[in-house]
Amino acid sequence: MAIVTKILFMAVTSIFINNFVLSRFLGLCPYLGVSKKIDSAFGMGMAVIFVMAIASAFTWLINQYILIPANMQYLQTIAFILTIAALVQFVEMFIQKTAPALYKSLGVYLPLITTNCAVLGVAVINIGEGLSFLASILNGFFGGVGFTVVLLMMAGIRERLEKAELPKSMQGMPIALIIAGCMALAFLGFSGLNLG
Amino acid sequence: MSAFKELTKGIFKENPTFVLVLGMCPTLAVTSSLKNAIGMGMASTFVLMFSNILISLLKDLIPSKIRIPAYIVVIASFVSIIDMAMAAYVPELHKNLGIFIPLIVVNCIILGRAEAFACKNNVFKSALDGIGMGLGFTLSLSVVSIIREILGAGQLLEIDIMPQAYIKEPMLAAILAPGAFITLGLLMALINIIKDKKKEVKE
Repeated sequence: MAIVTKILFMAVTSIFINNFVLSRFLGLCPYLGVSKKIDSAFGMGMAVIFVMAIASAFTWLINQYILIPANMQYLQTIAFILTIAALVQFVEMFIQKTAPALYKSLGVYLPLITTNCAVLGVAVINIGEGLSFLASILNGFFGGVGFTVVLLMMAGIRERLEKAELPKSMQGMPIALIIAGCMALAFLGFSGLNLG
Repeated sequence: MSAFKELTKGIFKENPTFVLVLGMCPTLAVTSSLKNAIGMGMASTFVLMFSNILISLLKDLIPSKIRIPAYIVVIASFVSIIDMAMAAYVPELHKNLGIFIPLIVVNCIILGRAEAFACKNNVFKSALDGIGMGLGFTLSLSVVSIIREILGAGQLLEIDIMPQAYIKEPMLAAILAPGAFITLGLLMALINIIKDKKKEVKE
């Protein structure tokens, strides 16, 4: 039972309180770039959840069993980004072979994920906070879920926004940023939540 | 003249943040104070300049099929150098910027310049392009952070500039996450207005 509550706390913390996009400012490029349509936002979100969970697991293992024994933590950045790039490539090939339908819907988003800073960010945060192996994977997974939640919300708003009459100077990026600001303001309310 | 142009185009005409809309994460994350913004800008300029130089030197050696991983390794090496140097010489700033120093690796400005400029131009031009883009990035970070620090804390570089009554109860939201998004959104709208005005004048 204690484990279930712990997992639940972690979920709420990484989805709402420390949301990757709105309070940690990670993964903003896809958040602003792929949030024009709900369909593509959903595809991107699923791909990010998947890669963040797997990348958390692999970077943790590499840090624990290769970098620390060899006393090479200073190579962390290089090792992690290479792991993530290789991993994304593998995941892409694997999905293409085993689940062509899934590949069709995620395909275009997978290569983009290498440079999504939420993925490298979660790896660095996991190590920095000294999380255990399982906690790292959950952190990656729920971080991805949090990203997907706000991405979908944003996509829903922006689909509506296309029909709204906006001043010319506000169209596109400026209004998207201001909406993101309002969402961040709403999410700030969660930071008062005390889970203890 | 043309060398000078390579240097200045990154600052205004092709400003990475406001015009090319690249590198959003650090722009929003580290601009809560001017000091952090300048530190981040300088670190990125360093990485940008040296990665541009090295990639421009290696451009004939790197096969085009694996160029992206190769660029990432080059960039990550320089990021590790600046990460360690900052931890040693400016530990306080290094602590404030935290996770965003390793994340310079995935800053799209740097990979973007490698792909769009350094792999096609000579070393001298690439170095100038890197410095110009870096300074443009630093400038945009500074503009956003000046607004946020004055509104959110009533200070600039930790010197009080607003009346005491304001400093006691500043507009806290400006320094927190929402302020970052809204400030940048309004600044971009302002730049769009200026661009439109310029076009009208030309016509």
